[in-house]
Amino acid sequence: MAAAEKIYLRQTPAAPLPPPATRAGILGWMRANLFSSPLNIALTIVCAGFILWVAPQLLRFFIFDAVWSGADRQACLASPQHPDVGACWAFIRVWSSYFVYGFYPAADRWRVDLFFFALAFGIVWVAWLGAPRRGLGAVYLFVVLPVLSYVLLSGLPLLGLENVPTTQWGGILVTIVVATVGIAASLPLGILLALGRRSAMPAVRFFSVIFIEFVRGVPLITVLFMASVMLPLFVPDRFSPDKLVRALIGVALFASAYMAEVVRGGLVSISRGQYEAAQALGLPYWRMMGLVILPQALQVTLPNIVNTFIGLFKDTTLVFIVGIFDFLRTIEAARGDPHWITPVTSVTGYAFAALFYFVCCYGMSRYARNVEARLARAHRR
Amino acid sequence: MVEIVLPAPPRRRPWGNLALQAALVVVVGGLAYGAYVNAADNLSKANIASGFRFWNNTAGFDISQTLIDYSPSTSTFGRAFWVGLLNTLLIAALGIVLATVLGFAIGIARLSRNWLVSHLAGGYVELIRNIPLLLQILFWYNAVLKALPDLRSSFALPGGVFLNNRGLFLPRPQFGAGFSYGLAAFMLGVMATVALRVWTHRRQDRTGEPPRILPYVLALIVAFPLVVFFLAGAPLHFSFPAMGRFNVLGGTEILPEFAALLLALSLYTAAFIAEVVRAGVLSVPHGQTEAAQALGLRSGSTLRLVVVPQAMRVIVPPLTSQYLNLIKNSSLAVAIGYPDLVQVFAGSVLNITGQAVEVIAITMAVYLFISLVTSLLMNLYGHAVGIVER
Repeated sequence: MAAAEKIYLRQTPAAPLPPPATRAGILGWMRANLFSSPLNIALTIVCAGFILWVAPQLLRFFIFDAVWSGADRQACLASPQHPDVGACWAFIRVWSSYFVYGFYPAADRWRVDLFFFALAFGIVWVAWLGAPRRGLGAVYLFVVLPVLSYVLLSGLPLLGLENVPTTQWGGILVTIVVATVGIAASLPLGILLALGRRSAMPAVRFFSVIFIEFVRGVPLITVLFMASVMLPLFVPDRFSPDKLVRALIGVALFASAYMAEVVRGGLVSISRGQYEAAQALGLPYWRMMGLVILPQALQVTLPNIVNTFIGLFKDTTLVFIVGIFDFLRTIEAARGDPHWITPVTSVTGYAFAALFYFVCCYGMSRYARNVEARLARAHRR
Repeated sequence: MVEIVLPAPPRRRPWGNLALQAALVVVVGGLAYGAYVNAADNLSKANIASGFRFWNNTAGFDISQTLIDYSPSTSTFGRAFWVGLLNTLLIAALGIVLATVLGFAIGIARLSRNWLVSHLAGGYVELIRNIPLLLQILFWYNAVLKALPDLRSSFALPGGVFLNNRGLFLPRPQFGAGFSYGLAAFMLGVMATVALRVWTHRRQDRTGEPPRILPYVLALIVAFPLVVFFLAGAPLHFSFPAMGRFNVLGGTEILPEFAALLLALSLYTAAFIAEVVRAGVLSVPHGQTEAAQALGLRSGSTLRLVVVPQAMRVIVPPLTSQYLNLIKNSSLAVAIGYPDLVQVFAGSVLNITGQAVEVIAITMAVYLFISLVTSLLMNLYGHAVGIVER
């Protein structure tokens, strides 16, 4: 009896011990990622110090000390009861409709809103990979929308929409118009140029190469100067195009040369077997390209195409220099307004513009990365 | 044995292709001819001369930064062109150096195993790349440098440097008679160092003795020129900028336009170079690092002898295109009035002469020339470092 009591038999497994605190969990993560060596410790301290030094100042300037409402510059000047003035968001609020529409007549601004909505609808339709009938979406975006936008923005007296000259357009409207026209024109032109560069016909190849290399070798600003100063010389007086149209031509030609190189990269990546298979099926050139090669090439190079769009979107700011009131130019004009001149007005204006461009470009680049990841998944077997 | 008869390949239609090409040539030629006729017509109506005779006419406008002698009353438009071109090359050269240094540092920081460092670098890249360069230039110029205090309340920095909204005023070095001896000694030191390096490397190949040359290098490049410099009587003086009533007198001035453009271009291009560097380093398979470690190389030597040489092959072509972008982007100087080629030539000269066709053509030709020469050098480099496949 006494001996039986001494027998000890464990009935349940012991609970697993927690991993050593220095290897797992938050401590382990910090050890591995922040404090793995003396150099890393030093770097971590320097970086943390930098962040702790900058972040509070930025937060204070842009949020806590910022002025959110006010009627004029007095609100954004330092005063005894408000010694540290942050960003002057009141200035942005007062000028916001100018930043969006420029001098577009107030009564007709619903047309601009409708244009923004129609554009956003088309972009979501085509860009969302799970959307139904994306082919139809492309037709909408590249055929229906341009006509619709032209009628909406420029006006058609027949339909009761009064003409609004482009000199009254401005702000985000112009930025979006320049970017979308550039994108919509550069994609087909770029594809044609890329095909031309790989064509068997020497004259076609020659002109394509000359155009692409010439445009890629010069700065956009000279192309814009050329479009705005030389183009009016090259056409008879009565056909002299509108200032905005000239800039649009310059941007579209410039972007199509870059697009051509991106598309060419996609074409090169398609294996010879695809061409040969299409030819073996007896497909003539355009059907081979349209049905077999281009769909694959464009899909492979879609991230690069989006990156070109991002570059183009940033480059639209250059129309500023040839005197067109794009978004950045409206910021420049507004920050010089004597009613609002304060030490913080410029910074606020630029910060607002930076936020706008950052959101647009970062959104596009995230989209490109998602598509890339999806493609990579499709290729992984 | 059955002979397989292949169907004849589809007949090409050579005439169709020829007709298409002929049509293309005719259309392009027609457009060019029409443009020429219209331009001649429009120019004669506007009373604008054509040809390049304006090149030798007196310019008559001032330029705020000139690296060569230039005076508005006597210098020609041609001289103004060279002034602008040199200013472009100056900003491009400095920008390339700064952007490369910064870009490599950030690219390597992005690969750091330290979470904070890599994410800080990543945040920098994302922020800078997604904001238009023009906006950044305007920000640095209008919101930072032009917002500095005015002349009366300039910041006086150590070393006799003044900073205000008219620029950065530095002491100007004045070289005495014997300074060239010091310079010659420095050159001699550099050459000796190169020779020493070659010799020690040969010795290492032969005997395996590691090249430890740092003390000799310091002696040759730093100590030797300094000794010569002081023996020559330290012939270097500085003219310090002094505060005048309306202006800063003496010293060297760095214009705020120049500083803003340089800052924005370098910071912007550095973000792109950082991505290039990161992609290049990641392109070297990890097996290479492991193999180097298996051979017993230290981590520094692994990087220097195994990873970097292979990464450079991938890095250099896109790096060059970033350099070209920087050169082309320097034309944004026109937005803040830094007198680069576009601002001086396609801006002032075009406005005065009105000869748009000639002026724009010359400007474009310059950029094209720079691009072509760079791609040529690039191709030569590509041949030099390309893997010799066996």
